[in-house]
Amino acid sequence: MVSDSFVEKLKTGLTKTRAALTKNLDNLVFGKKVLDRELFGKLEELLITADMGPQFTSDLINDVKERISRNELANATQIKNILRERMIAILGQIANPLTIPEGQPFVIMAIGVNGSGKTTTIGKLANLLRNAGHEVMLVAADTFRAAAIEQLEVWGSRVQSPVIKQKINADPAAVVFDALMRVKAGYRGVIIVDTAGRLHTRVNLMEELKKIKRVISKELLGAPHEILLVLDATTGQNAVIQAKIFKEEIGASGIVLTKLDGTAKGGVVIRIASELALPVRYIGVGEGLNDLRVFESQTFVAALLE
Amino acid sequence: MFENLADKLESIFKKLKGRGVLNEQNVNDALKEIRMALLEADVNFKVVKDFIEDVRLRAIGSEVLDSITPGQQVVKIVHERLVELMGGFSANIKFGARIPAAIMLVGLQGCGKTTTAAKLARLLSKEKRVYLVSADVYRPAAMEQLAVLGAQINAGVFAAGSLKDPVEICARALDEAKKEGYEVVIIDTAGRLHIDDLLMAELRKIKEKVNPAEIIYVADSMTGQDAVNVGNKFNELIGIDGVIMTKMDGDARGGAALSLKAVIGKPIKFVGMGEKIDALEVFHPERMASRILGMGDILSLVEKAQATFDEKASLQLEKSIRKNNFSLEDFRNQLTQIKKMGPLKDILGMIPGLGKMKSLKDMQPDDNELVKVTAIIDSMTKKERYNYLILDGRRRKRIALGSGTSVQDVNRLLKNYVDIKKMMKKITQKDGIKSLRRNFPF
Repeated sequence: MVSDSFVEKLKTGLTKTRAALTKNLDNLVFGKKVLDRELFGKLEELLITADMGPQFTSDLINDVKERISRNELANATQIKNILRERMIAILGQIANPLTIPEGQPFVIMAIGVNGSGKTTTIGKLANLLRNAGHEVMLVAADTFRAAAIEQLEVWGSRVQSPVIKQKINADPAAVVFDALMRVKAGYRGVIIVDTAGRLHTRVNLMEELKKIKRVISKELLGAPHEILLVLDATTGQNAVIQAKIFKEEIGASGIVLTKLDGTAKGGVVIRIASELALPVRYIGVGEGLNDLRVFESQTFVAALLE
Repeated sequence: MFENLADKLESIFKKLKGRGVLNEQNVNDALKEIRMALLEADVNFKVVKDFIEDVRLRAIGSEVLDSITPGQQVVKIVHERLVELMGGFSANIKFGARIPAAIMLVGLQGCGKTTTAAKLARLLSKEKRVYLVSADVYRPAAMEQLAVLGAQINAGVFAAGSLKDPVEICARALDEAKKEGYEVVIIDTAGRLHIDDLLMAELRKIKEKVNPAEIIYVADSMTGQDAVNVGNKFNELIGIDGVIMTKMDGDARGGAALSLKAVIGKPIKFVGMGEKIDALEVFHPERMASRILGMGDILSLVEKAQATFDEKASLQLEKSIRKNNFSLEDFRNQLTQIKKMGPLKDILGMIPGLGKMKSLKDMQPDDNELVKVTAIIDSMTKKERYNYLILDGRRRKRIALGSGTSVQDVNRLLKNYVDIKKMMKKITQKDGIKSLRRNFPF
């Protein structure tokens, strides 16, 4: 289980939502024994403002309605419980932490749109894995953005991990190839590949990602072992399209939800979990070295609703 | 999902017989769909609520124009109202009386401030001497990033050296700019959360120190419901003069633009349309409205085409199409024109319904392919270009050799050409244009 301090931190990050949900639900139901349209309207607002999307919200509410008979539902706690159960069930179906075997090479590719927080996430992930006793190597395959390589190098020195790099505008696949040569030379740790941010609509750039992946697979059987889609929690419904395309085109196998320390709720991951069965592996709750946590659906939903 | 909002509304109205005037019932039904579309586009919940009420009042009782259907009429009212709400401002940056004029860019992490700073510098440097300064002492290599981008556009970039205090960096940069005769100083600040009191206080200090002519809030167009909270807080604590929406080259519907406008009431001045340094465009409310409603950015495409197309060449082409003798030479000229408009995928992405990955892939929008095609046609004789039917096996082989391609490439090109020729023929037929236009609500 996660530590209490983690629960606290996540709760703090989600205070606004929690306060809003609890306050509104309690206000609504006190003194009101009958569920009416107004209440469900309020519930709808709460879910939509958490970025769960209008259609998904409507389905979820209908589902909750079906699961309860009108008479049973008397107070806010009960509504919250049912809602929580549903959300946990959706996330729970795919809750699946990343397990990294020891003593063999394990390649992680980080992908995502521009500005979602890939490089920062990689730095924090490297720290997390180093603390868990893994050897970590970083690969600067973002050869496009100005100073991206330098940014990764700073993280590399912070977490005392080597950074494989070439010059700016080099072929990212070639950088990745260099890294895999280390595996051939006997490297048995984790390799985290930083890729350039790209909108999922840029066909050429998506092809470039496929090429990077092809080079990895060719040089190391079964790799990449994990393709992490780094998703900004402030993103709205477009996150679903992003996740869909990155999953279908590149084979994204897990999500890191970043920037949860703001007021954005990241509720869209519940929709993504439901529609795409993509598990959330980690969450980012700040820019510090230790601000990456393993995702816990129980904790996530609890922090949202309690 | 709502690519066909107009179609959807059409099906609602089909059931209704009483055309002519929009009544409460059919307006309500239509507004339900529009509400869903706006929410799906990430317009803030409360903003949607107010907007729908506003439109309801405007729509009920309004007459349905002869030329369009009730569904289209409602979309038209919604569209017009969206344009009204998001527009009405000039995109000009005001520089004020002080020289150099300071422009501050503020916003969340990862919204695209640094890239935008460079793009804005490039745009303004057409008329002013522009100096760039990074006040981001937090993100590793943020300063290097701005220095690299600055070098690309030949703008001056302040070297902070060992300075660690963002306020001091900005003050020094302004002094330096004055000394060097720069007219505009663009300050790229560090990304920060609006609830980070310490960093927000730092922004206020920078503001007090440099007394900026404009503070521009940079917002990611993919932002969800939280856009209003963040924008509101930045405006409250720092004060915002204008907004730049970034990453508009993606397929997010961009409801954040409407939400921000509704909450802070400040103009959206520019939009970022790509990673290239020149991909900053003036904000067009009518395009944004179409986009939020999921109707594609057809206007952008048309304007882009108009701006880039050589008028004479277009006239020539039109003539050829009308006479139905669209030759391979016309085909090549056409492709050269398209090449001028920028990468094919950008253009295809603006067409409603074509924004999706899959359809783009089938069309193979490969710029290299264009080079190949041009080479093939260049290797033909004039006679061949005007009459493709004479291209037998031997000729095709010769052309392949001459253009450094294969016979298969030549065959593929001819097939494409014939397809397009057929399409052209359809367009010139009586109802051709109309049948194409039917797919767009306006």
